Amino acid sequence: MQPGKSVTGFTKISMIELTFPFNENQIRALKVGDEVSINGVVFTGRDAVHKYLHEGGQLPTGVSLRDGIIYHCGPVMLKQADNTWKCTAAGPTTSIREEPYQWQIIRDFGLRGVIGKGGMGERTQVACREYGCVYLHAVGGAAQVLAERVRQVRNVHFLEKFGAPEAIWELEIVQFPAVVTIDAHGKSLHEEILARSRAALAERV
Amino acid sequence: MSNLQVSLVELIRRTSAEIPEDVHKAILHSLEQEKKGSLASNAMAIIDQNIALARRKSQPLCQDTGSILFYVHTPVGYDQIQFADTAREAVKEATKKGFLRQNSVDSLTGRNDGTNVGIGAPAFHFHQHRGSELEARLVLKGGGCENVGAQYSLPNEDLHANRDLDGCRKVILDAVLQAQGKGCGPGILGVCIGGDRATGYELSKTQFLRRLEDRNPVPELDALEQDILMTSNELGIGPMGFGGKTTLLGVKIMAANRVPASFFVSISYMCWAYRRQGVRLNATGEISDWLY
Ligand code: SF4
Repeated sequence: MQPGKSVTGFTKISMIELTFPFNENQIRALKVGDEVSINGVVFTGRDAVHKYLHEGGQLPTGVSLRDGIIYHCGPVMLKQADNTWKCTAAGPTTSIREEPYQWQIIRDFGLRGVIGKGGMGERTQVACREYGCVYLHAVGGAAQVLAERVRQVRNVHFLEKFGAPEAIWELEIVQFPAVVTIDAHGKSLHEEILARSRAALAERV
Repeated sequence: MSNLQVSLVELIRRTSAEIPEDVHKAILHSLEQEKKGSLASNAMAIIDQNIALARRKSQPLCQDTGSILFYVHTPVGYDQIQFADTAREAVKEATKKGFLRQNSVDSLTGRNDGTNVGIGAPAFHFHQHRGSELEARLVLKGGGCENVGAQYSLPNEDLHANRDLDGCRKVILDAVLQAQGKGCGPGILGVCIGGDRATGYELSKTQFLRRLEDRNPVPELDALEQDILMTSNELGIGPMGFGGKTTLLGVKIMAANRVPASFFVSISYMCWAYRRQGVRLNATGEISDWLY
């Protein structure tokens, strides 16, 4: 593929490549509004996983989040004839539900990135700054485009325990597009847009 | 499988995988409006590709296939019980085929039996009419956008919203502000002014059955719809809340009677993945026309 040309066909010269394992300096260099293209292994985790880890649960053997990314996603997976899994839909789910837990998981498990949608709050923002992590906003609802970026479903953990949407899926992704909306400098695009839109509305009511 | 069941499975498949043409048009228009290379325009481009991919692969546009809402217009005397039974079977079938995610959870036990059928799921709204036609419309209403819906009771002192159209305008715009990009915007608002707490929300959702480009026959409501759309798009919230010109793709408002003591404004938010379709069915249950 030509450099600067994404698989989506539109030119994205400005996209920053991030590849697993994600390195702290590179993560700290990111700024709100940067567009990134993510490659390598990521783990899905949503409500059940976050609550479980928050309550002191241990990660299953073979799963490490150190210098890794957690993806707030409840994918649709189909089991193939050869017992492997195929990802047929994989858009982000709303992240704010993990706000009570996320800061602690960033701190204790060494996360470098969280992919989701809708943004997160104050505590996550502080943890991103303290420990060197970013929040990466994927396009909500783009289940098909994002499933295409899942090259391989490498493994699944806690399938029995939490059920398919809530399990920890180990995904290998390529050129997965996202936008940095909370950076490690204490900035949040969500905060900025809220403040700006609130001011714009005040002039119009 | 009966003809009716086959038709309803096809209605579900198409609703889940194919965005209606009026909505796609609005999305393309927004893609044109946004500045090339901006976060907003890149997000809209991904949305547009997603629409094409879902259609081609006949797979859900979004993995949250939502609450399943049927709106059925029947001739007088039509057997609604049988229709509902058949539709529940069609939902199970469509779930097995992957057109719907296993998306319905017992609220007490948290159990998901994987069928999408349970108490209140799917939901049916039957209406009889004097004609001979049977029409079934389907809306798949996502959860993320449902969560940013809001109901206001007027007067609302904080927002300086009185019991008049200007008060309605203020609370509707507040709902847009509060929603930001969290409901997978650009969104579409369905609003009901009046009614009670239950009917207000229920009627607000019927507004999603309207075509995006239609105009409200009530002049005051038409003016309010245009005003809310324009004003919202000046707020700079944009697709996904990334900033930009398209915060909303459409606004649809109705008014219902209320009791003197209450004045509710109920606002439902629909994400860009606006899944709504409908069919006209012949006497043997086959599809004779698509409604959108
Ligand atoms: S709000 Fe809509 S587009 Fe977003 S995840 Fe939910 S159903 Fe999908």
